[in-house]
Amino acid sequence: MSPEGAARRTVEAVWRIESARLIAGLARVTGDVGLAEDLAQDALVAALEQWPASGVPDNPGAWLTSVARRRYIDGVRRQVSFERKAQEIGRDLAEVADPMDEIEFDAHVEDDVLRLIFTACHPVLSRDARVALTLKLVAGLSTEQIARAFLVSTPTMAARVTRAKKTLGAARVPFEVPAGAELSPRLASVLEVVYLIFNEGYAATSGDSWTRAELCEEAMRLGRMLAALAPGEPEAHGLVALMEIQASRIPARTGPGGEMITLLDQDRGRWNRLLVTRGLASLARAVSLSGSEVSGPYVIQAALAACHARALVAADTDWTRIAILYRILGSLSPSPVIELNRAVAVSMADGPAAALPIVESLADDPALRHYHLLPSVRGDLLSRLGRTAEARAEFERAAAMTANAAERAHLLRRAAACAC
Amino acid sequence: MRVMVLVKASEDSEQGNYAAHADEFAAMGKYNEELLKAGIMLAGEGLAPSSEGKRVAFGEDGGTRVIDGPFAEAKELVGGFWIWQVSSMEEAVEWLKRAPFKGTSVELRRIHEAADFEGQLPQEVLDAEQRLRAQSGQQP
Repeated sequence: MSPEGAARRTVEAVWRIESARLIAGLARVTGDVGLAEDLAQDALVAALEQWPASGVPDNPGAWLTSVARRRYIDGVRRQVSFERKAQEIGRDLAEVADPMDEIEFDAHVEDDVLRLIFTACHPVLSRDARVALTLKLVAGLSTEQIARAFLVSTPTMAARVTRAKKTLGAARVPFEVPAGAELSPRLASVLEVVYLIFNEGYAATSGDSWTRAELCEEAMRLGRMLAALAPGEPEAHGLVALMEIQASRIPARTGPGGEMITLLDQDRGRWNRLLVTRGLASLARAVSLSGSEVSGPYVIQAALAACHARALVAADTDWTRIAILYRILGSLSPSPVIELNRAVAVSMADGPAAALPIVESLADDPALRHYHLLPSVRGDLLSRLGRTAEARAEFERAAAMTANAAERAHLLRRAAACAC
Repeated sequence: MRVMVLVKASEDSEQGNYAAHADEFAAMGKYNEELLKAGIMLAGEGLAPSSEGKRVAFGEDGGTRVIDGPFAEAKELVGGFWIWQVSSMEEAVEWLKRAPFKGTSVELRRIHEAADFEGQLPQEVLDAEQRLRAQSGQQP
């Protein structure tokens, strides 16, 4: 690697470490996240220009902060001189410059980062905008990296980020951690953004898109940050647990030919044990904070994932517990997909006859009209009950509904097996 | 990517003489908190003195012999480790540069991912390795 390339990579590494704190500190001082990000970017550009020649300073974070802070003060000075008469400038400069030196850019920096997370995930923004802004401001990713991960062009992503910053400014979103009754829905918005990022990566890990798979790591990092900055929130720990347990399965999800391997068929020896252990520990923390394994949707989903993680072989899975957890999850946020998952768990715990009525009750649900897993699950239950002709029809229906070639082949094989 | 950070033992850590280093402990606690709040720390532990350690030597014929600690040369012993999840080795270096160490050198090593071995080792070997991991996971 050339010395310039090495220096550039070092600047990028420092940026990854420092940017959230830098932007958050500037946002508290300026009260404007958009301006804070612009000032921080100026400091990044200065570092990219100077560090390759001068070397990385001993305290790169302080260096970046002082450059950004100087830009800000210069900007305020220019504004002052523009607004005041020429003879007053000297006095005003002195008045303005002094208080600037008093500003504590480093004070309460962790509170600032938490404020930054809540601001980037503010509900005034669309989901796409929240995701983009969080990756940009909090995770320290470049616009190019985010664009690549979300399969859009860099100018499109840049426009999305700019628009989001403008929206925050126009809505006069205060730079703060919400309190009281506002906290719960705002925290839900933050958790949703982090989990969206995770799922964007998780959905891609079965394919060949390596850069998208990195989103899982970013999301886990954000989740851990959040859990460390807001350690009293059970749902934050629940989300970390859910992501870590799901991510532990990534090495086992794909076969040698790149095909998807379902949970029950995975070689559990390939699961990442460190992530399983960490996930179970995070779940335990969430449970000890809330006193319950069913306190919120992320804790419940983590508890569900933990039922699989604890079973060393698929046959050891506690399906009764899974069925109960799905019932509770469904009562918190009713969804036919959750109900279908519950039916599968009931069929594993109590047999297909107990599960069939649940699936039948979903037959007319408009939300599942194009959902191939409904006929697929129904076909499975019918075939286990020996009703092969009906089962075959369901598998064929499911095969016609899925866009995934591997899945279609699998369903057609099952349909053919019913004929024997 | 994951990296392991290997920290060396010192004369004092080998003696279990921690009282003299209260300030360093406090600084390290603060550093650990920073790692935690950045979301990069997956694991980290300090090791007890090698006087409590054992070595098992394997002969050419596979025969074994147990050697009791302490082991000589404190600066060649591992005294503790972290496992970090970072986006690049450069990021790991920048994080490590912030650690409150003095008068030592600390090693960073990338942790292998399964993909590193694919195509290099026969599938049976990889499968056996994975079975082993499953068994080691059986201890709670």
